[in-house]
Amino acid sequence: MKYIDEFRDGEKAKPLIEEILRTADRPLRIMEVCGTHTVSIARYGIRKVLPPSIELVSGPGCPVCVTANRDLDRAIALAQVPKAVVLTFGDMVRVPGSFSSLDRERAAGKDVRVVYSPLDGLQMAEKDPGRPHIFLGVGFETTAPAVAATLLEARKRNVKNFFVFSAHKTVPHALRVLLNAGEIKLDGFLLPGHVSVIIGSRPYEFLPQDFGLAAVISGFEPLDILQAILLLIRQVKNRRPRVEIQYRRGVLPQGNPHAVEVMGRVFQPVDAEWRGLGRIPRSGLALSEDFSSFDAGLKFDLSVPEPREAEGCRCGEVLRGILRPAECALFSKVCSPQNPVGPCMVSFEGSCAAAYKYGT
Amino acid sequence: MKPEQKKSPADDRILLAHGSGGAMSHDLIASLFIKAFQNPVLDRLDDMAVLEIGGARLAFTTDSYVVTPIFFPGGDIGKLAVCGTINDLSMSGARPLYLSAGFILEEGFPLRDLEAIIASMQKTAAQAGVQIVTGDTKVVNRGGADGIFINTAGLGRVPEGVDISGRNARAGDKVLVSGSIGDHGIAILSSRSGLEFSTRIESDCAPLNDLVARMLEVSRDVRCLRDPTRGGLSTTLNELARQSKAAVWIEEVRIPIKEEVRGACELLGLDPFILANEGKLIAIVGAGEAEKILAAMKAHPLGRDAALIGEVREEPEARVILRTPIGSTRILDMLVGEPLPRIC
Repeated sequence: MKYIDEFRDGEKAKPLIEEILRTADRPLRIMEVCGTHTVSIARYGIRKVLPPSIELVSGPGCPVCVTANRDLDRAIALAQVPKAVVLTFGDMVRVPGSFSSLDRERAAGKDVRVVYSPLDGLQMAEKDPGRPHIFLGVGFETTAPAVAATLLEARKRNVKNFFVFSAHKTVPHALRVLLNAGEIKLDGFLLPGHVSVIIGSRPYEFLPQDFGLAAVISGFEPLDILQAILLLIRQVKNRRPRVEIQYRRGVLPQGNPHAVEVMGRVFQPVDAEWRGLGRIPRSGLALSEDFSSFDAGLKFDLSVPEPREAEGCRCGEVLRGILRPAECALFSKVCSPQNPVGPCMVSFEGSCAAAYKYGT
Repeated sequence: MKPEQKKSPADDRILLAHGSGGAMSHDLIASLFIKAFQNPVLDRLDDMAVLEIGGARLAFTTDSYVVTPIFFPGGDIGKLAVCGTINDLSMSGARPLYLSAGFILEEGFPLRDLEAIIASMQKTAAQAGVQIVTGDTKVVNRGGADGIFINTAGLGRVPEGVDISGRNARAGDKVLVSGSIGDHGIAILSSRSGLEFSTRIESDCAPLNDLVARMLEVSRDVRCLRDPTRGGLSTTLNELARQSKAAVWIEEVRIPIKEEVRGACELLGLDPFILANEGKLIAIVGAGEAEKILAAMKAHPLGRDAALIGEVREEPEARVILRTPIGSTRILDMLVGEPLPRIC
């Protein structure tokens, strides 16, 4: 893993930080829209080495956090399906819905399992054909292709007891909605590396073209982020906003056409509800008609009571970047990772959890 | 309902995270066990009780082992049960002498596996120079336990002049770690279904009594010892900072982590600082003796990769501060919940 260390090298960080200090000549507000960036920025203390004129704010970048309560409630309700095995990435387990959470269901005896990849879930389903195995598809363009590939495999292997609950979302539409709302004034975006590996840089072209914003697709190591911030500062300073790729070792402008093609076969765009942003046209991914036999939403009864929002929880505003975690009245007093009120405090990638855990 | 009165899902049932060794375990212990059992020995909150009996100072501890899978790269549940209790005793500076072993077996458990586990326990105990002198066996119905659970308790003698406790760290002291962190956590995770890495990562499971004895031979200026098991380095350092009412400042670049462990952490989105270790110790020692103690550790097979990773300061009290590789600082907090893989 020498490859990683190179991007964490303190010696290489120093000149980069100095260059940022020299170049930054005006206040800048930059939003990151990827939970992994949020964590990296907090974990390496990146805010503290930047000049005070540069403000980093977190946007709607944590997939679990942007999942609306109704979708969370439906996912949690799946644990009640007779004999069901609910398969999920770890982040979802502790997120409170309106009435329960997956770990509460698990403690009450339901079968909720954490998997590292949807393919593991498919294998579990094959080994235990008498029970429906339901994978909770919560994530962005990063994880959606793996779910799509798993469904192609499920069809090939003729697995009849594997289902997907798809609450996948796509990033670019959400950014446009956020900007159109006009609540927050931004100078640029630190764009997600992993998502962009799949979709490339083109879907973000509207940021400089329609909104005049700087945009850099960044990797996740501290040196990546520092370098991306420097590129953003230069774009603003030179008044040449465009979509630049800092994360060149991962991202091509055209993305990964094969992954996009696989996604296109399995999913179709639908309107989706986002916590904090409301209903956004064509920003969700539902299973296409061709794959409807795998759709947990069609197979099982997912009617849930009208969702309830936790009283005092301001995750919505945190996700829009207009409220810093520490500005929420519940932060660290009532709401903590041990006793989370909203998803931004639960998910590993949530901005409240990062602010709480790393104190930065 | 006021937010203050909000019941969390954690309030009415035990969750897995209550057993993770992190913040939720601590809350449970503080709110339930300590409140009920309160006494001066327990209140010290060390991993073992040190008791004065008939002029001798005895260290006494117990631990239960429920690991899945029961055989993993670098060890098995039996080896773990012997090492874990020996290590808890050793963290008081005691010389471990006797262990008990209690078995809860599930109906249908393969006898061959039990034999292998017992052989491994005996081998480890002999290696560490302790004897298993009493025990118990219970069998429960199928489904009443997951194969095999083992409890061990241990007794050891604390040498004259040794006073080691999590409360003894003082500003100026140095923080040492006996080797690379996270090996056990990754070995267990990777041996669970579906996770295989090209490089096999073995658990570091090992009895630390001999290493501790060597450290105490070269200096009695060892103030705190603790093995960073569940909850990992982060949780252990936080416990020590809280107990000693001091600040622990550490440097990320000095913390030894094997490349393959770091790689696995990157892949799974895990933080190596919260991963369990079963054959490592953290020592807080007087600054003047730090180099000497570190040299003694490095000369021992279980301390070859030992490193000085930081120091104790006064401020901020009860906190652990990590200097990041880019020269910034952040809080290093306890593990909260279970260590889980990332979603994105």
